[in-house]
Formats: sequence, structure tokens, C-alpha cells
Amino acid sequence: MRKIKFYKIGILAMNVLVPVFLFSQKSQTNVTIQFNHFVGEKLLTLDDSIYYNSLNQTFTISKFNYYIGQLKFNRNDGSSYFIDNYYLISEDEEKQSSKSIPLTTIPEGEYISLEFIIGVDSARNCSGAQSSALDPINAMFWTWNTGYIFMKLEGKSKFSPAPGTILEYHIGGYKQVENCIKKVKIPFNQSVKIGKNNSAQIQLKVDVAEILKNPTTIDFSEIPVVNNPLNATVIAANYADIFQLIEIKNEK
Amino acid sequence: MKSKAGFFFFLFLICTAFVSYVHDANPYFIITKKDVKLRLPKNFPTPFYTFKNNKLKPEIFLLGRELFYDEILSKDNTVSCASCHERIAAFAHIDHTLSHGIYGRIGNRNVPALQNLIWNKSFMFDGGVNHLEIQPISPITNPKEMDETLEGIVIKLKKSSKYKGLFFKAYKDSLISSERMLKSITQFVGLMISNNSRYDKYIAGKEKFTIEEEKGLQLFRSKCVSCHTEPLFTDNTFKNNGLIPDSSLNDIGRGLISGKKEDYYSYKVPSLRNIERTYPYMHDGRFKKLKDVLNYYGSKENHTTNQHPEMNKIGELSFEEKQNIILFLQTLTDKEFLTDRRFANPNFKG
Repeated sequence: MRKIKFYKIGILAMNVLVPVFLFSQKSQTNVTIQFNHFVGEKLLTLDDSIYYNSLNQTFTISKFNYYIGQLKFNRNDGSSYFIDNYYLISEDEEKQSSKSIPLTTIPEGEYISLEFIIGVDSARNCSGAQSSALDPINAMFWTWNTGYIFMKLEGKSKFSPAPGTILEYHIGGYKQVENCIKKVKIPFNQSVKIGKNNSAQIQLKVDVAEILKNPTTIDFSEIPVVNNPLNATVIAANYADIFQLIEIKNEK
Repeated sequence: MKSKAGFFFFLFLICTAFVSYVHDANPYFIITKKDVKLRLPKNFPTPFYTFKNNKLKPEIFLLGRELFYDEILSKDNTVSCASCHERIAAFAHIDHTLSHGIYGRIGNRNVPALQNLIWNKSFMFDGGVNHLEIQPISPITNPKEMDETLEGIVIKLKKSSKYKGLFFKAYKDSLISSERMLKSITQFVGLMISNNSRYDKYIAGKEKFTIEEEKGLQLFRSKCVSCHTEPLFTDNTFKNNGLIPDSSLNDIGRGLISGKKEDYYSYKVPSLRNIERTYPYMHDGRFKKLKDVLNYYGSKENHTTNQHPEMNKIGELSFEEKQNIILFLQTLTDKEFLTDRRFANPNFKG
């Protein structure tokens, strides 16, 4: 009987100690990158808001998802800190947290710019079944022509000749001729200072309107649907410049 | 008293566990470590898929086998991988020209055999799929085949106590994910290796060919081998074999993937191993018998002008030549593979 009691106390102790141990191991977020989705100057709202492209064609947006990855924090002296990971960012009621990337591993120091890629690198497009952000379960994946869909922008426009007047831009492609991977560099207007008691927030603007123009203006009556890496590069060229710094907040 | 009751309860547990173990233990379906050892044939090239990030394990293979034979992978739970990939046909669909799906839907292409897949650089007749682990997603999500989503399957698997158990046995924790599902199926289909045909035994010097088979082999080597390269009997490329496209299918083959005009109507060169069992033939299943295939290749009629130049080397084939080639092709039937108990349907208790 005595032994049983002892055993029970052991379990109880474990129940208390293990979470305490795990909690103390968890490192704190020291940099948060926040993605704020806009269409021009207006905040993006799915389905209900009506927007205009630069040809004055009206449209609504029902879905906006994209991959970013290979984050690189650059220091003044030319060195940098690299994070070999991917994030699926989604403007979806249930996935609002995906628009904020909390990072816990940024080493102490001062950083002057951030780089990342839009898309998924070619090695990871050829590595078979993967998990987390790159799990094909996220439906950001072409099954008939293997590869990640880097960006999905869907909506409706009465100018669209496609069935149901839909707009559907599925952009991706990692092979040389159809490469839709775009590098982004965000110079900071003040340096991000990370120390033992310092953390920072990086607020970015992501402008959906830019996906539909510059250099190529997308006429909904002509290109309502793109769902093939072979003709996605036009829009990829457009999305290269959708990111802009709003502000840096250094926090103590 | 209390401890005595406990002892009997314990004994009872052990007995029931033992009985259920013996009951389940039909040796025909047991998979041991030996069964999942990767035995690479000495005369085969280095495989593209190596199991490096998907270590072979009996419990994972078993999970893959259950999934392969389970209709749960289709939207309405009526079609499994095995519905179209039958063991007796080297996992092709015997006597069916085009793939079948749920609600009686018919696909665009003939079902390929599943064998020696780890030596495939790409999958599907157009090579659109670049990795063995990813391949199952294609028929699973194709609306004309299983019309399901990975999300839908994972939800169904998580509700199943049978799969909860099988995933736990395979991976030592209760996570059910698409990655694990795909990797398990990969272990099952990846071990489908055919290298024990009479041809293989002939090459190893263990068996002799008849005079006709010998002649067939020589003809094959002079006319067919540039695409159907030994020992895999494919060179892993895409070729236009001159077939007049079936206008009802609207299928441009490799052109769909590469977008290049010169790849239009090119299809993957299929392996000829177990060819006797994988009828009907060609990417659209238009030929019922091997003799129809040979009649097509051995004549100039009904060929399109943009067929691959290698095709012109075949020339006219006499009746006897065609007969001998067919007799040789029949030596590629691998009865050991076709009856390998590891790949049998574990739920078939007939």
C-alpha cells in the first residue's frame, strides 16, 4: 500500500514539475513581424468591400494567402542572421494569427534591414511530403504539376468572363523558366535593437493592389484566371514589390 | 484479498491479449523487419528514392498497406488505391482502358503498373509529379478519381480508432498527419520491386530461354531497347510514339507540364516489366493485346508525322518477329512479385 501511495505522489510531482520545466525552457519572443493587408490605402476586408483596379474595374477579394520564407536580418557590419523556415500568411477569419510572425531566436544586436523571399525555394518543392506551413494539406499545392502555390488571390469581378465571374490567381513555379520566387528587401528607417530586455515589432504593409499592376496591369476581362506555373510569371513580377515598411517599434 | 483479485484480473488481461494476438496472427499478413529490408537488385542503377528521410519499419509499412487498401481515401469511401491498382496486374488496372473514379467517373489515362517506383524520376504519364511521396495526392484529389482532400482524409483518420492505433504503433505518438500518411503509403509502394522474372534469371545465368525467346530478345535489343532500356525497361523519358490523339480526351501529355510545343503528345516511356498482365496498353488503353501493340509499332500505318525519330528504327516487323518479341516480353512476368504476400490485401479473409 505504501508503495502505491509513493507512486501517486511521484505522478503528482511530475504533473507540477514538467510544465514548470517546459515553461522555463520556452524562450521569449524578441521580434514580431506583423503583416497588414491593404488594397491601396484601404485595409483589406474579404468579400464585402468593393475595390477598383487601375483600369477602374470593380472587384471583391475572397481569399488572400501567400508563402514567405528564408528570413534574413542584416546587421550594419554586413553580417546577418538567417532563419531557414517558411510561413503561410493568410487573410482568413480563422487564421488571423498567421499575419503575425513571432520570432524567439534573434540574437542580441542591431539590425538595419530584413530580407525574405515570396514563395518556396526549389529544394523544398522537390522534397516530398512535408509538415507545418509546407504541409500540402494547406491546399497551397499543385497536385498535377508538383509545386507549391506561392500566392492565392481569389475574388469576383463583373468584368471577368470566367464562369461565375470569378477572379482566381494561383501563382507559383520554381523551375527556371517559370520562376515565381521573388526576393524582398525591407530597409529599416531606424535600426531594430535586440537585447536582453529589448524586443521589437516590425509593421509591414502588404498592398494587394500592387499584385494587379506594375509592371503589368491586369485587365480582368483578359486575365481572370491564372492557375498554371507556365503563365504565372507576369503576376509574380507584379508581386515582387507589395511589401513596405510601416514602422519599427523598439520595446523595452 | 484485494491483491489476489488484482492478480486474477492481471492474468485475465494477459490471456485475452494472448488470444487476440494469436487470432490476428495470420502469418500470411505478418510483416517482419526482414520483410521491409530494402534489397536493391545488383544490376539495377542507383534509385532516385532512398528512404533516407522515411526509414523503413514494419509498422509503417503495415499502415501504408492498410491505407492503400482502404476506400477511406476517397470522398464517398467507395474507391481505394487498390481499386485501380490490382496486385494480379502488377498494380495496374486489368482490362480497363482508362482510370475509374467515384460515382462511375472515368479519368483521362490508363492506370500504370506500380513497380520499381523508387527508380522513377517523375510520376504520371506526363511526369507532372516530382516525388514518390507526393504521388498519392494526385489520384486522391483528382475529381475524376478519388475526389477527396488531404484535410478530409486526415479528419476521417483521426476519427478512426483503428487508424489511431496503427499511427501510434508506426510513429510512437498519436499525431495523424498528411506527411505521415503519405510516407507510410510510400513505404508500401516503394518496396514493390520486380526483379525475379524469367528474364532476370536468364540474365543471372540461372535459366535458359527457348530459341524463340532468344530471338525475341535479340530483336528487342535491336529495335526497342533505346527507349525501353534494360534492366528497368524504361529510360525515364517522354516520347511521342506517333499515336493519333484521341480527340475525346483532349490530352496533350507532357506538353501540359512543360508548355513546349515539341512535348505535345509525348508520354512517359512505361516499363515493360509484367507487361503480359498490364493490358490494355498505351497511355489511353487503346490496344487490348500485345499483338495489337506490335502490329502498330511494326507498321507505318496510323502514325502521326511528329513521332519520335527513334520510332523509325523499328521498321516493318514480320509475323514471326512479332511473335518472338511477344514471347520474349512474356519472360518479363515476375510471378514472385505478383504473388508476394507482403502486398496482399490484409482485409481479405476469404
